[in-house]
Amino acid sequence: MNINATLIGQAIAFFLFVVFCMKYVWPPILHALEERKKKIADGLAAAEHGKHSQLLAEDRAKDLLRKAKEQAGEIITRADKRAAEIVDEAKDDARAEGGRMLTAAKAEIDQEVNRVKEDLRGQVVAIAMAGAGKVLGREVDETTHAELMDKLAAEI
Amino acid sequence: MSGEVLTSADYISHHLQNLTFGQHPDGSWGIAHGAEAASEMGFWAFHVDTLGFSIGLGVMFLYIFHRVAKQATADAPSGLQNFAEWVVEFIEDTVKGSFSGRNPLIAPLAFTIFIWIFLMNFMDLIAVDFLPHLAGMIGIPYLRVVPTADPNATLGMAFGVFFLILYYSFKIKGPGGFFSELAFQPFGKLGLPVNLLLEGVNLIAKPISLALRLFGNMYAGEMIFILIAIMYSGGLVLGAFGGLLQIGWAIFHILIITLQAFIFMTLTIVYLDMASQEHH
Repeated sequence: MNINATLIGQAIAFFLFVVFCMKYVWPPILHALEERKKKIADGLAAAEHGKHSQLLAEDRAKDLLRKAKEQAGEIITRADKRAAEIVDEAKDDARAEGGRMLTAAKAEIDQEVNRVKEDLRGQVVAIAMAGAGKVLGREVDETTHAELMDKLAAEI
Repeated sequence: MSGEVLTSADYISHHLQNLTFGQHPDGSWGIAHGAEAASEMGFWAFHVDTLGFSIGLGVMFLYIFHRVAKQATADAPSGLQNFAEWVVEFIEDTVKGSFSGRNPLIAPLAFTIFIWIFLMNFMDLIAVDFLPHLAGMIGIPYLRVVPTADPNATLGMAFGVFFLILYYSFKIKGPGGFFSELAFQPFGKLGLPVNLLLEGVNLIAKPISLALRLFGNMYAGEMIFILIAIMYSGGLVLGAFGGLLQIGWAIFHILIITLQAFIFMTLTIVYLDMASQEHH
């Protein structure tokens, strides 16, 4: 229990320990702690940022979807209109075609009628000639009376 | 030991005798045998056990923490690093709460004080006879295992703190500022001698109280362990009762050793804070 030089030895040891601790123990541990604190803070900030940009992206996606729907509606409307137009055009065409065909048919009929009339006229002339020949009693010379015959046929 | 019958008084005084290395009155150097021989050695003697245990514990704790510090990463910490970080954060918080200025020395100082004193106090929890008995078997006659129960150890640390108090007082307040703090308070310039006396006592009381508080607590704790250990020689019933008492006191002592280490650390921080403050 004597006070002696142990005291000095203890003080020196204390001093050395404190210096060692201050140089080689305390700073690295504290540094690691600070670094981790910063890392965690950064991570949290990044998470916050990610959340934010996700919200933005969702907004944008909604916007795009809405626009796409609008466009699709517009396209459908236009397509309907165009379809109606096409149907109308087709009807018009069909009507025009029908008219043309009717005209052609009529023309053909007229032609046929004319031809038949021509035919009938020839036959009537022949019958008239034969009748006249019989009436005159002699053969009407067809060549000499051809002019006369033609005149008659034109009159009929 | 060697068949001689020990009385209780012998047992206690044997336990309270440090292993002292110094110069005998006849001029030769060696280990003192007995209290008188140790006190005859005068000031220039060393308590080999106190120095050995305290330096050994200090080196051990610094080695472990240094190893952790070298591998410390900012990633998820593992085992020992977790523990070291917990201690470091605890000390850092305490220092931030008590020390108003900025000084890179304070936190490592507080850390060293706390862990070192805790470990030295912790030696008290090892059964009192265990290490001395082992030492006796290899021929070491005396051994006190608790360095902080030796006033030399606590005074040595307290003087170290006292030196720092003086250093920062001079450095931050300047010699004039430090002197005026001692001389012109609390009674103004007219009461200078009284002021000097009061503040001087106040200043000296800081290291003395720091050292004696720790020493007293540890000495008393050690003494109680020794007294309980005496009961083991008093028969089966008394021995069993002593065993219970020892467990109880050891559990209670865990609180004391931590508390004393914490008090020493906190007071050091507070004293240095007072020394570093420019104005009152």
